[in-house]
Amino acid sequence: MRFRYLTWALTAALAAPAILIGCATAPSDAEVAAKATAVLKASFMEQGQAKLDRLVQDDTQKTCSEYAGKAPPKDIAERIEKANLAAIKWPADGKLVGDWKNGERIAQEGRGMQYSDDPKGPVGANCYACHRLAPQEVSYGTIGPSLYQFGKVRGYTDDMRKYAYGKVYNAEAYSACSNMPRFGHKGILSEQQVKDVVALLMDPDSPVNK
Amino acid sequence: MRFIRRGALPGAALVLALVAPAALGQGSTVDEIAKYRAALQDGNPAELWEARGEDLWKQKRGPKNAALERCDLGLGAGVVKGAYAQLPKYFADADRVMDLETRIVWCMVTLQGYTEADAKKGPFGGPDRKSDMEAYVAYVTSESRGIKMNVALRHPKEEEAYRLGEKMFYFRGGTHDFACATCHGEDAKRIRLQDLPNLTQTAGAQKAYTTWPAYRVSQGELRTFQWRLNDCFRQQRFPELVFASEASIALTTFLAKNANGAAFDAPAIKR
Repeated sequence: MRFRYLTWALTAALAAPAILIGCATAPSDAEVAAKATAVLKASFMEQGQAKLDRLVQDDTQKTCSEYAGKAPPKDIAERIEKANLAAIKWPADGKLVGDWKNGERIAQEGRGMQYSDDPKGPVGANCYACHRLAPQEVSYGTIGPSLYQFGKVRGYTDDMRKYAYGKVYNAEAYSACSNMPRFGHKGILSEQQVKDVVALLMDPDSPVNK
Repeated sequence: MRFIRRGALPGAALVLALVAPAALGQGSTVDEIAKYRAALQDGNPAELWEARGEDLWKQKRGPKNAALERCDLGLGAGVVKGAYAQLPKYFADADRVMDLETRIVWCMVTLQGYTEADAKKGPFGGPDRKSDMEAYVAYVTSESRGIKMNVALRHPKEEEAYRLGEKMFYFRGGTHDFACATCHGEDAKRIRLQDLPNLTQTAGAQKAYTTWPAYRVSQGELRTFQWRLNDCFRQQRFPELVFASEASIALTTFLAKNANGAAFDAPAIKR
């Protein structure tokens, strides 16, 4: 026992300066984050349509990165949601619902914006990668919630159509640091394409609502 | 189908052939894919890359007409057995952290006399061109099969690489706001029918990291971990990750360390 105690004491005595040195030299979290960003920028090359500006973060991307996959505190979340909500461009013609058949094509289309993709398109939203939608499609992912019977369950109301449009256009306006891309805000989909995806969710004739 | 991209068609067709008759619902589809994956385990063409890699490793090559056999992969010059299971690590001669591919480039330059640019050429093979790097990696990693992952983080630069890699894992960017964590930060998620490992948890990181490199049936190629990262970033809509770049080494350090304790089990075979 005494021997073990001595070993502990020696270990502690030897470790103490090492810990102190460690504390003195270990960079802060913010310093590591800043360096990580700089190293990332130096480690990529532009390829096809994917230029290096894709590594320049906007406030939402930067802030959400800081929370490392966890939900941000309430005040931060509200700031992000408010700024993104204000940035939504609502259709000038006031119409929010397009053609669900086009919406289904957009929801199936996985191509678009990768450097290996044709810059001339097509560009889809690949909704099925993360969501269940029409029940006929069994190959759906689970990162997002099931959207089967989206309109039928929630009601075909003006408020719900507006919410669906806003959510597809800019998901960060309703759920800060959501995993969902901001399809309208970032120019992935055109206004008409957003409307068509809204139709897939909100048209009573859409297979999603059957 | 549409979601499976670039050169993935033969594998996709096989999956569909199995899925179509059994398309009774999600559960049975997933079961059928699991059966397909199990069937793949019977015979792995990665052995061809391993054999070619071992042969090349022992050949005298390059301007200095030297073999890579004297390359120090971290356990001393010439020791290949078990080397991959403790990479990435800090190398005093280079004064930086290196993953396997970066270290092989280093040895090609210092031992064989290649320029760094030449050593980094063609890291990923295609239909008309085999990659020597993929063969080297297949051979070296096969010599760690069954050995427990043990990435130590003893040196401050190893610790730094880990912390940088962790930050990069959560870095959101690009047109789609994607980070690595978008797809690999939660348990039991899928993209379409593809299961996604949660790389922030020990079990997920162990299962994923210890099964790369892998022979990809859909591509007919053996793919390295550098390729895995490169292709993830393509799908993230980022620009192209530079081969053997500092970010690639930092991310590899983060993921390899998270896999510590699990027996390395590659080159594997994947759809």
